[in-house]
Amino acid sequence: MEKEYISISLAKPDTHQLDAVQKGAVALGLTGLALLLITAFGVTFSNNALWLAISIGAIMVGAVVYAQRTYLNQPAGIRNNGVYFKSLTSRGALGWMAGIVLTLFYILLYWYPQYLGLGKDGAPNTGLVALFDPLSQFLKGEPASQWFMYGALYTLAILAFGFKFILKYRHNRYQLFRTISVMFFQLGFAFLLPEFLIRLNYPYNDFKEMWPLNYDFFDEWSVNSFLDSGNLGLFMLLFGVAMIFIISPVLTYLYGKRWYCSWVCGCGGLAETAGDPFRHLSSKKLSAWRLERWSIHLVTVFAILMTVGVVTSYLSEVARAQLIWGLVILLLLIGVLVAFFRRKHFNGQTRAIFLSVAALMAGVVLIHYFATPAKILFVDSQKLRSAYGFAIGAAFSGVIGVGFYPLLGSRVWCRFGCPMAAILGFQQRIFSRFRITTNGGQCISCGNCSTYCEMGIDVRSYAQSGQNIVRSSCVGCGICSAVCPRGVLKLENGSPNNRMKEDPAFIGNADNLMEYIKK
Amino acid sequence: MDHIVIIGNGIAGATAARHIRKLDNACRITMISEETDYFFSRTALMYVFMGHMQFEHTQPYENDFWSRNRLELLRDRVMAVDTDRKELRLQTGEVIRYHKLLLATGSLPNKFGWPGQDHQGVQGLYSKQDLELLEEYSATTERAVIVGGGLIGIELAEMLHSRNIPVTMLVREKNFWNSVLPDEESAMISRHIKEHHIDLRLESELEEILADSNGRVKAIKTKKGEEIECQLVGLTVGVHPNISFLEGSGIETNKGVLVNRRLETNVPDVYAAGDCAEQRQAIGERKAVEQVWYTGRMMGEVVAQNICGKRVEYAPDNWFNSAKFFDIEYQTYGWVWSKPKENEASLYWEHQDGKKALRLVYNTTNGALLGVNAFGIRLRHEVCDSWIRQKVHINEVVKALETANFDPEFYRRHEKAIRKHFKGRTAIA
Repeated sequence: MEKEYISISLAKPDTHQLDAVQKGAVALGLTGLALLLITAFGVTFSNNALWLAISIGAIMVGAVVYAQRTYLNQPAGIRNNGVYFKSLTSRGALGWMAGIVLTLFYILLYWYPQYLGLGKDGAPNTGLVALFDPLSQFLKGEPASQWFMYGALYTLAILAFGFKFILKYRHNRYQLFRTISVMFFQLGFAFLLPEFLIRLNYPYNDFKEMWPLNYDFFDEWSVNSFLDSGNLGLFMLLFGVAMIFIISPVLTYLYGKRWYCSWVCGCGGLAETAGDPFRHLSSKKLSAWRLERWSIHLVTVFAILMTVGVVTSYLSEVARAQLIWGLVILLLLIGVLVAFFRRKHFNGQTRAIFLSVAALMAGVVLIHYFATPAKILFVDSQKLRSAYGFAIGAAFSGVIGVGFYPLLGSRVWCRFGCPMAAILGFQQRIFSRFRITTNGGQCISCGNCSTYCEMGIDVRSYAQSGQNIVRSSCVGCGICSAVCPRGVLKLENGSPNNRMKEDPAFIGNADNLMEYIKK
Repeated sequence: MDHIVIIGNGIAGATAARHIRKLDNACRITMISEETDYFFSRTALMYVFMGHMQFEHTQPYENDFWSRNRLELLRDRVMAVDTDRKELRLQTGEVIRYHKLLLATGSLPNKFGWPGQDHQGVQGLYSKQDLELLEEYSATTERAVIVGGGLIGIELAEMLHSRNIPVTMLVREKNFWNSVLPDEESAMISRHIKEHHIDLRLESELEEILADSNGRVKAIKTKKGEEIECQLVGLTVGVHPNISFLEGSGIETNKGVLVNRRLETNVPDVYAAGDCAEQRQAIGERKAVEQVWYTGRMMGEVVAQNICGKRVEYAPDNWFNSAKFFDIEYQTYGWVWSKPKENEASLYWEHQDGKKALRLVYNTTNGALLGVNAFGIRLRHEVCDSWIRQKVHINEVVKALETANFDPEFYRRHEKAIRKHFKGRTAIA
């Protein structure tokens, strides 16, 4: 008896306590991180290339060993054991500490980069930024900026935690492909390609990052830099426009907004990899959903109006009028289409869309009559732009969006603030083939789907009543389907007819009891 | 204004309450529960213990849902029912009058009179209180023994295992859940249990539970005479209706509360639904007492109609059920018996990884599909249900397997391998 007891306890399959190897791996990774950290406190190494390699190597090796040890010594399957017992993932002391450290990092990055070692006015970099000089020299032939350092760390996080995610969900090929995709787009399109472009004297361009997420795409300097860069520059400009008006609508129609939000986007990429251990912290309350609708639509309206204002400021009188009235007609058209598609379901969502469209129309008309090149609606346009950059681009997407991962969940920005997600979501709700199908009467209301939805969607409320899930905020990460213990949820693309299944008949009882209720 | 009182706030009671409110906006509805303030998903208790969720997450509705729908909740225990005066006597001494009464009290874990079954550290797993007890006992448990190889038994094994507590499982049959699963499936799940380092002991039965001087479990003895040291014993050998408080009420009971097809008891205005109800005459091949989440929900829907004066029979469609055995999901549609009945045969395919399997049971005289067991492959309820209802020929089913697949996108598909394996194996007279 005794012998068997020992052999079993030695196996230590899925404990939430770390074993020696895991602890060693965590220590190695933290050491790598600590090396980065001490440079942030002003220590400058004599051989940056070596130390950068050592610290990144330590982080990568630590992450790989930890992930392998955690997931590969047990059969593949859903492994959320102890998520609510661990301090880091249940808003405990470690969670708060991580949140504070991340937030501080973002504050330094956006507003005090000199403390990260950025050399001012041509002075050489020191500390953390200097550590990335060799890599920057190698890739684009100039010293690193704080943004280069940030991009490199960001990419590193997606690659390291992406690897962990892949092992965690290795039985699930949807998760596997999706994660490889975000890792590829981050490394190739967001990090390497733009740096190479700069090296070749082309404008910095992340092809996959489209307006309005990339909110200064239509600024005069941005458009001019494309126009000054020959055929490739022109291609970039046209490709950016095509992304917004052709590629994105077509892909969103075919696959839902997930093609972007959880397969391509960098913000989504970080949320799905480094943010995965925190996905369950998003609020599922009805009140959070109400707040989400107000805040995301307000940001979107603001982002669009600001762009219109900026663009009109450098257009000729005639072009400006054409743009404004073109937009008014486009918005009218959208309003009519929404009214048509949602004629039977005038709910809060529809109201939010109508309000947004109306606000946009009023906004562009006001801009037309009252804006001058220097002022958008009586406010200095430069100030307005820097206010947006501060409030939305930095504070919201960076500080709250990532810094608060361990406190509010991994998709705060995507859910409450991203104008791109709002526009894609609007289309997903109204005009797309995508839905999450509920499988007959198999739901047991256990709540795994809702708990692990990073967007705070109460998936269960649909599944347990037999409805399909068609929500503008759904980024199609597929985790609800993965964690469902009874095979109830499936992400699907199909005919847009009756994709909501709003009058579901439960399979189970011979009679459709919903009919009786309606009588 | 009618006062409708529901005893029990589980899936049957809560479903009935919601549907009664949809049908009748005026009546007063009260739900009484001793167990919890709010309805929760019993099937999710395991995830709370494993740290996947917090208890609040198992509650399908936000707390103000009930007051918004004017569903009054009362946390108390019903001690006796007086059907003549239409009154309930509660533990607190309060007396509640009802116009219509729904009994939805669920189940209690079985104990079969084993010596030592009431020692400290011996428990079943059904209620929230059971979970709290498990939390308490498991903190001082070095090893646990689970008696019984069924759905709750394997869940309990997974739960304890997640806390790194070594588990021994005593299973009477020659493989896990072999009284329900055919041999191949049963053997496959047994292998998977062992893969998770559970000490699965087949053809083993409990003889006696031994306690230390404090009355806490210290070991168990099996019928084979083995003694296994343990500080926790999980008794998971099924459940029985929780109806002892009805004695002397005049409400007829057998194993459960006897009801007709409209879920009415012998006493007017008293109904029963869910685990605690027993059909006077079993429906088709179903058991007279059905203790499954889905049947609780379906009965809740039906009984609401009858309470509100519509005459609707509980007429369940094809049987279906699901479970998850550690990492292997299981779905079943129609009837798949552990041993084929007369005029029945089946096709069975198992993937070489030992974690996916499909069994199709058919009638050997006309070829009609009778039942499906799927392991590690998700199937569409709607498609399987319509195949069985329309008595689709087994060969047609095998041809159309793709239409039933419900696996996530990009999953490897096995229909071709399955078809190849099944080719020429159907035996129809």
